[in-house]
Amino acid sequence: MAQDGHTEHPKYMNIFWWLLGLTVAEVLVVIPDLPIAIKAILLIGMACSKAALVAIYFMHLKFERKTLAAIVITPFLICVFLVIMLMPDLTLDTRLDGIEKPAEVVDTSAH
Amino acid sequence: MEHATTLDHTEDVYEPSLTPDSLGKLGMWVFLVGDTMSFGALLAAYAALRAGAGIVGWVPPDEILGINLTAAMTFLLICSSVTMVKALESIQNGNVSRMCLFLGLTIAGGIIFLGLQAYEWTHLIKHGLTLTGIPEHGLKSATISGSTLFGPTFYAITGFHGMHVTGGVIYLIVILIHGLRGRYTAEFNHEVEIVGLYWHFVDLIWIMVFTFIYLL
Repeated sequence: MAQDGHTEHPKYMNIFWWLLGLTVAEVLVVIPDLPIAIKAILLIGMACSKAALVAIYFMHLKFERKTLAAIVITPFLICVFLVIMLMPDLTLDTRLDGIEKPAEVVDTSAH
Repeated sequence: MEHATTLDHTEDVYEPSLTPDSLGKLGMWVFLVGDTMSFGALLAAYAALRAGAGIVGWVPPDEILGINLTAAMTFLLICSSVTMVKALESIQNGNVSRMCLFLGLTIAGGIIFLGLQAYEWTHLIKHGLTLTGIPEHGLKSATISGSTLFGPTFYAITGFHGMHVTGGVIYLIVILIHGLRGRYTAEFNHEVEIVGLYWHFVDLIWIMVFTFIYLL
């Protein structure tokens, strides 16, 4: 499904060095005692970059028809939507609030 | 009739029409799209359970899991992805023996990966990480505590990925046998490209699993 039947090969070794570099960077980010939010942003950013490199160059998405790219992007959008919908459960504070409220009700009724 | 001719003409302008070769590739992409959502749901469930561990807490993964070994496994899968694209490049240039060599290296990468995963699982089970419990001692702290859900989620996600690698190795062996029998040429090689898509997807998913389960 390459656009004109001719596939232009990217320099695969360049992509390999990028993937290797990002993997090393990911492991290095874990070592220092960084705040979890910064660590998460850095790690997820690097993981998404690596995944994009694999999909675009190794899976030849760059050279495919645009309709296919639309099909491929759809599940990632759905996954993002899933995470957004789970956000209330993923936020620890919200859950703790929910646990504390019944305790307050019990205290009020005791008086 | 005139209307149909107009439609065909429009299609030619924007995108080439599907051929039997490209239909196979489209089929694999659709399968991978479904698989992406399966892995997405598993990782989202892991995140929800981890965040919802509440007072019990979630065991810091680096207290239980060795990052060095899995970093090596990640490196191995990246290397096997490179050998896979080299196999496809070789057959597109009409070099069958070179394609078979690179396919063999890709299979070797997959088998070593599975061996390392089996070693890791055995090591973790011996140290107490099971479907119902967590180890008493961490790698850095003397004692650790946390939700026992760490074990089942860890084994479900890495096991599901391991199953994909196993399937990929079998798939690659079948393609290698076809290759050795002279099935593929510079003109007929879309089956090699399709198995490549599957293999790169397995690599892509491991990149995510490595980050979300081992590093975060």
